Amino acid sequence: MSARDLLDSIEPHFTKGGKLEKYYGLYEMVDTFIYTPSDVTRGTTHVRDGVDLKRTMTFVVIATLFCVLMAMYNTGYQANHAMELMKLDKIDNWRSIPMMIFGYSTMNPLSNMVHGALYFLPIYLVTLAVGGVWEVLFATVRGHEVNEGFLVSSMLYTLIMPPDMPLWQVALGISFGIVIGKEVFGGTGKNFLNPALTGRAFLYFAYPASMTGDSIWVAVDGYTAATPLGIAATGGIEAIHAANYSWMQSFLGFEPGCLGETSTLAILIGAAFLLYTRVASYRIMGGVFAGMVATSLLFNIIGSDTNPMFAIPWYWHLTLGGFAFGMVYMATDPVSAAMTDTGRWVFGGLVGLMTVLIRVVNPAFPEGIMLAILFSNMFAPTIDYFVIQANIRRRMKRHA
Amino acid sequence: MEAYISLFVKAVFIENLALSFFLGMCTFIAVSKKISTAMGLGIAVMVVQAITVPANNFVYHSLLKEDALSWLGITGVDLSFLALLSCIGMIAALVQILEMILDKFFPALYFALGIFLPLITVNCAILGGSLFMIERDYNFGESVTYGIGSGLGWALAITVMAGVREKLKYSDIPAGLQGLGITFITAGLMSLGFMAFSGIQL
Repeated sequence: MSARDLLDSIEPHFTKGGKLEKYYGLYEMVDTFIYTPSDVTRGTTHVRDGVDLKRTMTFVVIATLFCVLMAMYNTGYQANHAMELMKLDKIDNWRSIPMMIFGYSTMNPLSNMVHGALYFLPIYLVTLAVGGVWEVLFATVRGHEVNEGFLVSSMLYTLIMPPDMPLWQVALGISFGIVIGKEVFGGTGKNFLNPALTGRAFLYFAYPASMTGDSIWVAVDGYTAATPLGIAATGGIEAIHAANYSWMQSFLGFEPGCLGETSTLAILIGAAFLLYTRVASYRIMGGVFAGMVATSLLFNIIGSDTNPMFAIPWYWHLTLGGFAFGMVYMATDPVSAAMTDTGRWVFGGLVGLMTVLIRVVNPAFPEGIMLAILFSNMFAPTIDYFVIQANIRRRMKRHA
Repeated sequence: MEAYISLFVKAVFIENLALSFFLGMCTFIAVSKKISTAMGLGIAVMVVQAITVPANNFVYHSLLKEDALSWLGITGVDLSFLALLSCIGMIAALVQILEMILDKFFPALYFALGIFLPLITVNCAILGGSLFMIERDYNFGESVTYGIGSGLGWALAITVMAGVREKLKYSDIPAGLQGLGITFITAGLMSLGFMAFSGIQL
């Protein structure tokens, strides 16, 4: 008996009048995760393509594939590297049991991969479980459907966590992101802030000890390593070179940082996929990139004797911290970004500008992309409003 | 000049009256349903703020502050405990006068702003602006800058809020949160976004 037959045989219980009618959302979730929904649009609404929410969201998850692999590999690599420096031969938590098989050598790719996965997977599973409970709860009570948007949010949320984040905080953050960031507005497509970033921002301000500082970016207890961006904030480019980070290394992602944000290369592969499939808007990505380049060039020209961040060139801004990740996966969220074509350029430009602005002139936050995107999210409807008004005025004039 | 620019930026973004100090919430929540209306109110607040803060600054420095009456030959008198009362009186009087002037000479502007002007008299962002001016001991030039800047910051906040609320019209908000509830949550989330500026030293 195939899964399709099984689903079909239990379907009557969940449809209207069945005894499990209340749990239709759950049934529908399992059904549409496994099979393409049979509902199709009637009429000629979608001129370009028969694209649906399922495909859009699934493509984003697929696009993060390289980031996930890189997240595991780099987290494990950094942890093993730290252990070699600290001359530790084993770790004293549950991870040492599976790691007995692989050892802790940075030379052994499998060891790096598994070690990283042992940090990545718990965070991801907690995110899925806790976020999933909220999603299903709201879907069941409010009678809407659980859709793949949740898979995207939880994957992106996991990728922007520091590797050694306490799991209860992970659970709290995704709860805030899903409930306050999305579900109180009515679920997928109805929110105005990016849910994954809302959850992270909540953690950032509620538990700064777990989200900032130098001891959280490598998963080994007691090992401190600043991210290259943190180093740059105090000493500029010279300090990054002095700490033995090259641009290529930062581009490939072998540096401490949040799980999935370190490798610009992996992110750009995802970006190419998203742009090719037209899931993400090239206008937003272009806007963010242009805004970042313009603002950092401006700061380069202004210059400063006391603040080394002024002199950071744009190609370093691109690879440092979470800029690339935010540009490709977060700013392009179609729900919380601007909707009009011109508005998307403006929106992207604002994100780029704010990111560099926060990085350079705000000493309170070394990284700016998270708050820059949230800030631009709330400006997005206003940007759209002005674009539409300008359009109306132009057409009025043309037909006057 | 640089000091004035940084004071202006600070008043608009870093110490935004609506989203960092949560001042003027009643009008901020009540009149933010439509972008065009919100912009009208925002401009009105900016105008009133630009007039009342310097006016209060003038009154405070020439009448109320310790030894301020020395130009009359009276020394040793400190009337600064009257500052709160005098600010409220000044704001109410100035808004009344402004309303009459607009009615007489700029009827178009009067009809655009008309309904909001009396409303603004009791807006705590306006009073807050004047009291901050006294507390931080701004001179006259600074008070003009701060008045315009803080008014612009408030106008920006209410415009953005209206934009978000226009978008939320298409949302599916749970029955218990509709109306004010979701607006408060929205204001809170927006202030999270404005945290981007907190900590900037100018």
